[in-house]
Formats: sequence, C-alpha cells, structure tokens
Amino acid sequence: MAEMDTSSGGGHKKGPGVKKGKKLSTRVDLTPMVDLGFLLITFFIFTTTMSQATAMKLILPKDADKPEDQNKAKQSGVITILLGKDNNVFYYEGELDNTASNFKSSNFHDIRDVLIQKKNSVRELKDFVVILKPSDECTYKNVVDILDEMTINVCTRYALVDITDVEAKLVTLSEANAAATANN
Amino acid sequence: MGRAKLPRKSTSIDMTAMCDVAFLLLSFFILTTKFKPSEAIAVTIPKSVAAKVAPSKDIVQVIIDKDGKVFLEMDDESVKENIANTLNTTKNLGLDVRAFKKAPFFGAPFAALKSFLALPEDQRKGNLLPGIPAKDSSNNELTEWMTMVLSSYQGKKPNFLLKGDNLAKFPAFKSVVTAFKKNDILKFQMVTSPEGVPVGTDLWKKAQAGEKREE
Repeated sequence: MAEMDTSSGGGHKKGPGVKKGKKLSTRVDLTPMVDLGFLLITFFIFTTTMSQATAMKLILPKDADKPEDQNKAKQSGVITILLGKDNNVFYYEGELDNTASNFKSSNFHDIRDVLIQKKNSVRELKDFVVILKPSDECTYKNVVDILDEMTINVCTRYALVDITDVEAKLVTLSEANAAATANN
Repeated sequence: MGRAKLPRKSTSIDMTAMCDVAFLLLSFFILTTKFKPSEAIAVTIPKSVAAKVAPSKDIVQVIIDKDGKVFLEMDDESVKENIANTLNTTKNLGLDVRAFKKAPFFGAPFAALKSFLALPEDQRKGNLLPGIPAKDSSNNELTEWMTMVLSSYQGKKPNFLLKGDNLAKFPAFKSVVTAFKKNDILKFQMVTSPEGVPVGTDLWKKAQAGEKREE
C-alpha cells in the first residue's frame, strides 16, 4: 500500500553519540479526503439538470370553409376559456349571454377545479368540449399551460379558436375593472 | 487459568482505496458531462407534463424568441442546399450555398439573407437579428420557407418542432401556426421542459391505474 520504508536502511548501528531521529509515520488519514470526494460527487449529481427537452404534440384541425362542415358542440357541455394578459383567465359556460353575466374571472390555479367540475357535471363525456380563446395579450406560456391543463384533466375534445371582438373587449374591460378595484 | 487474550486489532482502515474510488467517480462524472452549448437564440421554454422526448433527427424547428421574432432551424444539410438553390433561382438572391448549408439557423427576411450569411457565426445572435417576417398575412415569409422545406423533403415527413419563449405573445404563435396550416402541416410538436403530473388529477389517476398515455 501507500507506505514508504522509513526505517533507516541496512540496519547497521549508529555510533553512540548519534541521536536517533524520531520515526514519523508516513501514513495519512485519508478519511476527510474520501468525505470531500463523495461530497463533490453528490454536489455535482444534484446540481446537474437533465436537459432532455420533451415535446408536446398539437394537432391542428383543417380549416373548414363551409359552415356545415364545422363541428357542432352541445351548448350544455361547452366551456370557453379566454386568456388575457398578465396570466388572467376568464371563462364562461355555454354561450355568452347578452349581459355577459356568465362571464367569470379565474386564474391558472383555479381553472383546473372549474374544468373538473364542469367535466363531472356533463352528462355524457363526449359532449364535454373546451374552447380555448387566447387573446392577443396573452403569452406563449399561457397557451402551453392551458393546453397542458387539457392533458392533465384528460379533456379529449378541445379547440384553439380565434377570439371574437366582443370577447376581446370583455377581457380588456374586466381586466381594467380588476385593476381599478385593486387600486382602490 | 486465564482466558485466552484476543489480539487487539486496530480500528483504522486504510482509506486510500476508497479515496481512489471517490475521485475516480468524480472525474468520470465531470468528464462525461456534456455542457449545454451556448445558444445563439436565448429561449426559456415552458413546462408541460408531456413525457415524450423531443426528436433530435430530421427536425425543422421554428423558434419564437421573447420579442416574437421567428427563426428557423434545420439539421439536414442536403435539404438546406436544396432550399438555397431554390431561393437562388426563384428570387435571384445570389446566396452562397456553402454558407447556407453550414448555417445552423436562419433569421432574416429573404432580402437580407445574403448579408445574414456573410455575418461571422459568433455575431449571429438572436437579439441582433431581424427574424423571419411572419406576422403579416400579406408578407408571411415563413409560409414560403415551409413550402420550400416540404418540397425539399419530398414526401418524407420531417419533425416539425415549435420552440417558443415563455414571454412570446400569442400573435407570434398564431402567425407560425398559420404558416404551418397554409402548408397543410397539421401535426407539430412543441418543445417543453418536463414537469410532474399534479397529484389527484385525472391524468394522474390514469397513470396510477397503469394506463398508457397516448401522445
């Protein structure tokens, strides 16, 4: 092993007046060194992130030009989710009524419960349709998040649809209202 | 009669071997770690529960940076060569085909493509480049790019990937999707970083029941 022969070679006796040097062991305790080694290993293992990107599949519908080709959805099973700026989420069930009384505000955390509730209340699962309408102000992250929400809650029927002017106005209006109440 | 004396053994163990092993492992891990290549276009990708690993071969990747600028990345050199030749004949751009083949990504309008290729590689940074115009429906150059890509692949289906920055606005995403749609590319994948499935949700229950996810 890692040892050196420290005994004075030959073994012949030294003269009477010569002092014997103290024999120092060359063995070093390597325990702290081992500790350090394993510490570094664990550090590197934990700080390394596996940068394996995953891919989320999105299949687009073909644009249907004629209205009779378009998919119809039952009103009772439809929920429309609108994405506003600053991670705001709005939704309404069924059709938007004239006074916009069923237009509700939510956020990315609560929308899951809304979806689960709606999904459970729908009589037949095939009638459950989610319509996603991102506004011009929302970010790419919001879109991915909401699509992810579809996967998480196993919503098989969903569609990304362009926002209408009425809805866009409603979104900006409720955002302005929310900002006003927050300031007061 | 006394008991037989047990010889006293030292409790210290020779740690040299252990130390060797520890440092051997350490150097192994350090040397095998691949550093992420510094990316020319800085993009922070969103998280999703998708579990499928993004393909790395035959990719046609559209990148949207945080300002909504669009870039195109391709890995197949013969396809790129094909596109360069098409561009030279149809638009008379006089592009350097070799430089075009070597370029990892493209981020300039057709008119400025020649000067883009003339730039040294370390100056082709996402924030300095104009990006491919995709926003207007009248002048959507990305659509033309996609048409060329598709015709160069000749029936073979490349993997269309979309890599967007968290902060990119939706219109940028929509314009890319429009460009895809116009070329009948109806299937594409969005690059995300993995995230755990939240406990208690339907997907989680499915996973617990051992059902395989359709991706």
